[in-house]
Amino acid sequence: MHSLVFIKQVPDAAQVRVDYHTGTLIREGVPAIINPYDTHAIEAAVQMKDKFGGIVSVLSMGPPMAEEALRKALSMGADKAYLLCDKVFAGSDTWATSYALWAGAQKVIQENGPVDIFWAGKQAIDGDTAQTGPGLATRLDIPLVTCAIKIIEANPEKGYIIVQRLIEGGSETLQVSMPCMITAEKELNDLRFSPLPDLIKAVKSSVQLLNSTNTTIDPAQCGLKNSPTKVKRVFIPSKRERGEILEPSGKEIADVLFEKIEPVLKQMGRV
Amino acid sequence: MSHNISEYKDVWVFVEHDRGKIEHVSLELLTKGCQLAQDIGCNVCAFAVGDSVEAFSDKLSEYGAEKFYFIENPALREYRTEPYRDSLLHLIEKYKPEIILIGATTLGRDIAGTLATKLDTGLTADTTALDIDFESETKNLLMTRPTFGGNLMAVIYCPDTRPQMSTVRPGVFQAMKNPVNLEKIREEFELLEDKIPKKILEKVESDSDKINLGFYDVIVAGGRGIGKKENIKLLEDLANVLGGTWAVSRKVVQMGWVPYSRQVGQTGQTVHPKIYIAAGISGAIQHLAGMKSSEIIIAINRDPQAPIFDVATYGIVGDAVEILPQLTQIFGKRLKVGGSNEKE
Ligand SMILES: Cc1cc2nc3c(=O)[nH]c(=O)nc-3n(C[C@H](O)[C@H](O)[C@H](O)COP(=O)(O)OP(=O)(O)OC[C@H]3O[C@@H](n4cnc5c(N)ncnc54)[C@H](O)[C@@H]3O)c2cc1C
Ligand SMILES: Nc1ncnc2c1ncn2[C@@H]1O[C@H](COP(=O)(O)O)[C@@H](O)[C@H]1O
Repeated sequence: MHSLVFIKQVPDAAQVRVDYHTGTLIREGVPAIINPYDTHAIEAAVQMKDKFGGIVSVLSMGPPMAEEALRKALSMGADKAYLLCDKVFAGSDTWATSYALWAGAQKVIQENGPVDIFWAGKQAIDGDTAQTGPGLATRLDIPLVTCAIKIIEANPEKGYIIVQRLIEGGSETLQVSMPCMITAEKELNDLRFSPLPDLIKAVKSSVQLLNSTNTTIDPAQCGLKNSPTKVKRVFIPSKRERGEILEPSGKEIADVLFEKIEPVLKQMGRV
Repeated sequence: MSHNISEYKDVWVFVEHDRGKIEHVSLELLTKGCQLAQDIGCNVCAFAVGDSVEAFSDKLSEYGAEKFYFIENPALREYRTEPYRDSLLHLIEKYKPEIILIGATTLGRDIAGTLATKLDTGLTADTTALDIDFESETKNLLMTRPTFGGNLMAVIYCPDTRPQMSTVRPGVFQAMKNPVNLEKIREEFELLEDKIPKKILEKVESDSDKINLGFYDVIVAGGRGIGKKENIKLLEDLANVLGGTWAVSRKVVQMGWVPYSRQVGQTGQTVHPKIYIAAGISGAIQHLAGMKSSEIIIAINRDPQAPIFDVATYGIVGDAVEILPQLTQIFGKRLKVGGSNEKE
């Protein structure tokens, strides 16, 4: 079984703060992590390897620093790591990103053989688009299973996998032919601590760098300039002012609050 | 990669449906679509695929759809990405809409990414505002969306390719009736069941109360500070006298007190009610991402330093378990019983 996991390094969104004076995000000191959903995709792929043998490859596109994320993936049990790193990729939207990752995947396949399952996170917490996985499945021309919460059965011999996924208001269980693309929810599995041998391996292994010269990637389909969507402007949403703390001024606090919101309740036809 | 823009016209709204019922977000998008179509000077159209979707015509015309493009096929009875995509592509490639709006639901986000890739066009996820750029010759669609968990807003456009595609958060726009005459356009599309790479083995409704919190104009939400599962009742009681519904933070879901369908926040639902009451909720950034744009926020928290007070219109420092019943009692006396429940 060969799994290929697409992972992204992201700033820990929970720690990003806003500077209202300059209207920018404060990213200094914010640690870069593997996108949380992607860690569950890695774990799922490693569990497949534990069960059926084979290897796990990981592929990321990003700046040189993203090598850290790939090493982390190696320490979680991945075997081969690739980083797409080239100026021509900078500023890619999801259309261009899925193109570059698709082309990078061809290189991984060339070196390590055909892939049975492609994995991605449900979404990246910096952009929150959830578009890259569907885009990749489409370019790879394989079936797509988003929001997976449980692998029920995999049968590499017969070439199918049974997956439970979240849908609006519940879940559904799908039988899908392989190769396929699965995007992970956090419920998919519990993360384990990396065993020592894997930690050592991660330090020793090398991350292979891919760029527009050592792959077939067409620079005319990547980067800011060739992305169909453009950013017109960004802005910080206006800050809510800190409101009023109510005190029970002789009256019950409930009455104090009621009088405050009475006009709105009237307008809504509730009074 | 660029398309002949002048070939594309009209605003199309994707009709999502489940067990014979149109998802509310599709009606919200029709209302918004009418406004955009007016700005551009074109028609607003609905499009759908399924095993029996023609029946939606009346409802769609009631909400302003001038045309309804659809495909019916037994293989489209349940949603599966690939046959849905291929049949929707057939409609889109034949009629070339200028704008496609899709609800940012689980299904909508699943289908949108694959459609846009096939169409080689741009897609903007999870938008919360849509406007027309009157300064651009081609009247481009400006799509505003939150990123970094709501810390930053980005205005995105798609100048060179068509259609301009966007998934839009449920509950952002209001659905309003606007009856018009609707023209039905039925298309045929062949699908062979054994060519479809996917079988649905089972569907479970995990939450018997599948609920779209976006419908409600009053939400009473509780966090871990409400103490125990039984105290969900306190939220429910107050929501009832206010004619609204109740919701929770993720901590409460993680504790297994209530199903995920009640969660507000970055990984839950986004809501914009007129009144949002946050009881025993600390106000973590991921929670704020889902409710910050409520008109009035009322916070009840024991800790005067809790970040929820930074966004609250009115704050009460105190024990939510004591205060919620007091509000229920007093509001119950002073309010009409059973206000209207839905925004629509
Ligand atoms: C990637 C990611 C996504 C997330 N998505 C979401 C999301 O969608 N929605 C979400 O809500 N969270 C989300 N979270 C979690 C979020 O960071 C917080 O952990 C969560 O919102 C906290 O829930 P809480 O406020 O109920 O609990 P706590 O943080 O434990 O706060 C409890 C609050 O109750 C107060 N309190 C205690 N007792 C009382 C009492 N008797 N009366 C009044 N007040 C009392 C306390 O002072 C405290 O402020 C996400 C986190 C991550 C990392
Ligand atoms: N630059 C990238 N490198 C590798 N994988 C990525 C990259 N961007 C997105 N992905 C994958 O696609 C998923 C969804 O990302 P997004 O569409 O940005 O929300 C992520 O969880 C990753 O698995």
